[in-house]
Amino acid sequence: MVIPMIIVFKYSLYDNVIMNRNPTFIGLNNYVKIISNNTFWIALYNTLYFTIFSIIFHLLIGIVFALMLNYTHLNYILKSILRVFYILPWLFTATIIAVIWRLLLDPLGIINHILNYLNIIENYIEWFSSTDTALNSVTFVNVWAGYPFYMVSLLAGLQSVPQDLYEAASIDGANKIQKFIHVTLPHLKPIILTIILLDFIWTMQVFPLIWMTTGGGPLYATEMLSTFTYKLAFSSYKLSLASASAFIVLLISLSVSIFYIKKQFNKE
Amino acid sequence: MMNTKDKYFRYIVYLGLLIGLVFSTFPVIWILSSSFKSNTEIFSLPPKIIPDSITLIAYNSIFEDKDKIQFFVNSYFVSLIVTALTLFIAILSGYSFSRFNFKLKRFLNLTIISTQTIPPISLLIPYFGMVVFFKIFDTYIALILTYLVFTLPYATLMMTSYFNSLPNELDDAVLVDGGSQFQALSKVLVPISLPGIVATCVYTFLLCWNEFLFALTLTKSTEMRTLPIGIQLLMGQHSYEWNEMMAMSILGTLPILFLYLFAQKYFLAGLTSGSVKL
Repeated sequence: MVIPMIIVFKYSLYDNVIMNRNPTFIGLNNYVKIISNNTFWIALYNTLYFTIFSIIFHLLIGIVFALMLNYTHLNYILKSILRVFYILPWLFTATIIAVIWRLLLDPLGIINHILNYLNIIENYIEWFSSTDTALNSVTFVNVWAGYPFYMVSLLAGLQSVPQDLYEAASIDGANKIQKFIHVTLPHLKPIILTIILLDFIWTMQVFPLIWMTTGGGPLYATEMLSTFTYKLAFSSYKLSLASASAFIVLLISLSVSIFYIKKQFNKE
Repeated sequence: MMNTKDKYFRYIVYLGLLIGLVFSTFPVIWILSSSFKSNTEIFSLPPKIIPDSITLIAYNSIFEDKDKIQFFVNSYFVSLIVTALTLFIAILSGYSFSRFNFKLKRFLNLTIISTQTIPPISLLIPYFGMVVFFKIFDTYIALILTYLVFTLPYATLMMTSYFNSLPNELDDAVLVDGGSQFQALSKVLVPISLPGIVATCVYTFLLCWNEFLFALTLTKSTEMRTLPIGIQLLMGQHSYEWNEMMAMSILGTLPILFLYLFAQKYFLAGLTSGSVKL
């Protein structure tokens, strides 16, 4: 793991590696090229947009679903069945999720048909191939695919909230919302922080989902740092330039990871 | 007695649950239904959840196509081999992490946690370089070795924490009876660590089964492609065989569904233990 990281850094300082037997050392030139590349900045923006909105909706949906499943008046069997269904999106691998949503969001697909039927849209929308909707579409798909992780983690957290805290709050006259804010949320806070950090790290690395739905297009509308790097390396075979980009991605990721690593290590 | 406010609240929760159910399940039902349609019926109007004529055409053509069967064979083969190897190494290294004290332990622990956060794309190019250098490009070995690198750190951590939860007295009992450390591990610790072992297996298997980026880059010929790449190849073709893709997706999700339903507890442990320590 450490060795490849050193190699990728070494590659990034040469002009043409792997393909060429005797590459020349060109210092930080590749980094300058990457940073002055417009597409890199678009990819960075898209990655952050995709990541941040994914996290926000993951968290919202995850909390709401977990709270609903934890509702006291819900029959136990019904609860178990619903739980299985709610987790379903999690069982699909990213390529399959991409295929599913390409069918559903096809211009002639079922989603357009339903929206049209309900008079929400007039014309059939090309969700993945229009520059206006592509980024939001892939983000939506990622939200669908990722919320169960939050739900499961938060559900486990909810079940460990001591019941007497709620009773005490009731005696003090707290209503449901107050109980949620003052009892539930503080209890869930450590879990929420950890999963957000982890989700941030994972979502920034997104590749198969984008590759299989839009391929980064149309016109860079969904280009992510990962697809940008991949294309540099294996579509245009600029392996050194790609290494520089890969190393930048690594640095960005590490700057977030450091919080996660610290947190995990303090637990040990 | 319930007051009206609580009653309304209850209705809202039920409504929410229903919306949630549609949100999570509808796409799944739709692909299931599409996999039983003929390709011409996929976009027919009005859309039907239960097709007019339920057909196994899509499944049949997958089972008749050698290339497509090969995708499944490759995925199962690579995933199972990596799972077996990972488990073997993780049990040994987890045991030594848990039972022996050595100086670099803290440092190694830190490294393992850190590796979890490294973006695969950063490692892709050096791996590609190494795989080409060792002339194992487009072979099972390339995939297996690469996946081992990804699964081992965390699998080791999982086994270590499981062994940590077992008291040292168990080993001592074997040692007192004249057994070796290895016997203590294989005869006593491994059998009672089954939950930890299952969770580790599930984690490893899922990681291999789902891997895309490295499988895409490190293999080239159709016979070496794993399932996720196979599906991508199907997508690349000019006329989409939607029903076949949906059937492949269903078949490709079966092992995960199976793991989930029969090892639910371990499944969740395998996937969430990294984030939430309960």
